[in-house]
Amino acid sequence: MKILVCISNVPDTTTKITFTDNNTQFNTNGVQFILNPYDEIALARAIELTDGGNGTVTVINVGEINTEPTIRKALAIGATNAVRVNAKPHDAWFVASQVAQYIKTNQFDLILTGQESIDYNGSKVAGMLGEFLDLPSVSIIKKLEINGTDATVEREIDGGKEVLTIPFPFIASTAEGVAEPKIPNMRGIMSARTKPLTVIEPIEVKTLSEVISYETPAPRDRVKLVSAEDPAKLIGLLHEEAKVI
Amino acid sequence: MSVLVYTENAGGKFKKSVFETVSYARAIADQNNTSLIAVSIGEVDAAELASLGKYGPEKVLNVSNEKLKNFINQAYASVIAEASKRENADIVVLSNSFSGRGLAPRIGVKLGAGVADGAVALPDQEGGKFKVKKTAFSGKAFAVVELTSEKKVISLNSNAYKIVEKGSAAKIEDFNAETKDTDFKTIIKEIIRSTNKVALPDADIVVSGGRGLKGPENWAMLEELADLLGAALACSKPVSDAGWRPHSEHVGQTGIAVSPNLYIAVGISGAIQHLAGVSSSKVIVVINKDADAPFFKVADYGIVGDAFEVVPKLITAIKEYKASA
Repeated sequence: MKILVCISNVPDTTTKITFTDNNTQFNTNGVQFILNPYDEIALARAIELTDGGNGTVTVINVGEINTEPTIRKALAIGATNAVRVNAKPHDAWFVASQVAQYIKTNQFDLILTGQESIDYNGSKVAGMLGEFLDLPSVSIIKKLEINGTDATVEREIDGGKEVLTIPFPFIASTAEGVAEPKIPNMRGIMSARTKPLTVIEPIEVKTLSEVISYETPAPRDRVKLVSAEDPAKLIGLLHEEAKVI
Repeated sequence: MSVLVYTENAGGKFKKSVFETVSYARAIADQNNTSLIAVSIGEVDAAELASLGKYGPEKVLNVSNEKLKNFINQAYASVIAEASKRENADIVVLSNSFSGRGLAPRIGVKLGAGVADGAVALPDQEGGKFKVKKTAFSGKAFAVVELTSEKKVISLNSNAYKIVEKGSAAKIEDFNAETKDTDFKTIIKEIIRSTNKVALPDADIVVSGGRGLKGPENWAMLEELADLLGAALACSKPVSDAGWRPHSEHVGQTGIAVSPNLYIAVGISGAIQHLAGVSSSKVIVVINKDADAPFFKVADYGIVGDAFEVVPKLITAIKEYKASA
């Protein structure tokens, strides 16, 4: 089984988000970048499914050279090899176009992405890949099992879940529950240095969207404290003042 | 040109978030002095379809055939894209729901449209531009995205736009969209939907528990509190990681982002990753025995006290309030 996992390089979850240049640029000063947590789940499941040499796991990232530590991390966790498309990930359309191009010349049975990246919270690449390649795609899966020529997946729906079977090849985006993220061991870290990381140049793609500015949420007024002895007062405030119950 | 809105149903019924999305699409159509057409796919009865009229579409396209009874991502995207072509729609609007997240990008590619997902406000179309404000950094910020393509796809977050009733009856028209066999490779085996539970992403009120509750056996009082308020249950990451509660209840940066009218956090200290997922809640109440818990800094109301003493008192107070109301 050949699996491709699409990975993003994103600010660490503990990052305090600030902007510069009149709120038009994300301030990367002092920000630690990590492998997108949802992609880590996809990668962990891909490694489990190919465990014992039963296939390969390729990771692909669209990014400039500064994303290589994150790519090496994925190799240390257990990916077989890596590909970096040498370009700024302009938007989902751009990224999906690059990845689709790679898939057309390198066939895969299964293509996984995280359900979203924690920077722009788009969950578009999986669906766009499906459309570019005319393959089925399924979003936000919580379970992925393989049975011969197809897979059984469990997908989150509002207020419940849905169980589906899909023939290979297909694309899925993963949520929590699909696998536990794996921590690289010393052997993985050592071998990551010598695993193949191929750099390819991007194809030309039109742009359809542009982030032009940022805003931060409005700060809240100071908290109003209610005595622990008198929670009824809280109910009164929620009803009369906040008008939410 | 026109605006097309996809109205997803859950078991034949439209939910509140769909009415929000239709109201939002109506406002976009009004911005452009054009008409709004809704498209519904699956088995929805005539009365339910007619209920959409209140929110302003001139016409509802009803796509009802056996093959499209249940949600198949690829096939539904084909139908919606075809409907938009037929209606000459330049803008396609849908909900940023679990299914919407699979649909929006596929429709975008079919139409060659830029996609803004997770919109939280009406587009700013000043000067002929088209700018959409959306959540970014998992609720820690917003990004304003300009869509430069001629066609546009926008998905709206739930609880981000107020329902507006401005319309009467909509014309309901059957629409037989063509689909390809390759659209139906995915087979649905089972759909499990609990009808008596409030879905977390759409909930008006959310009651959420953290490590301060000490163990899964102590959730009964939160369940009672949630039931009394008609609220959905949620939890922090350590709680779902420990297996006390399912991952689907995890609210925060790597779980679900919610924006209810009221978020009640019990025994959650307020790590930055958790705050990201709740920051767009309208009112936040924090109950924690540690007065220095970071959550109090972003709360509107707070009680410093032991959850095991405060929550039962709160339950009694709500019962009394409900009895007197």
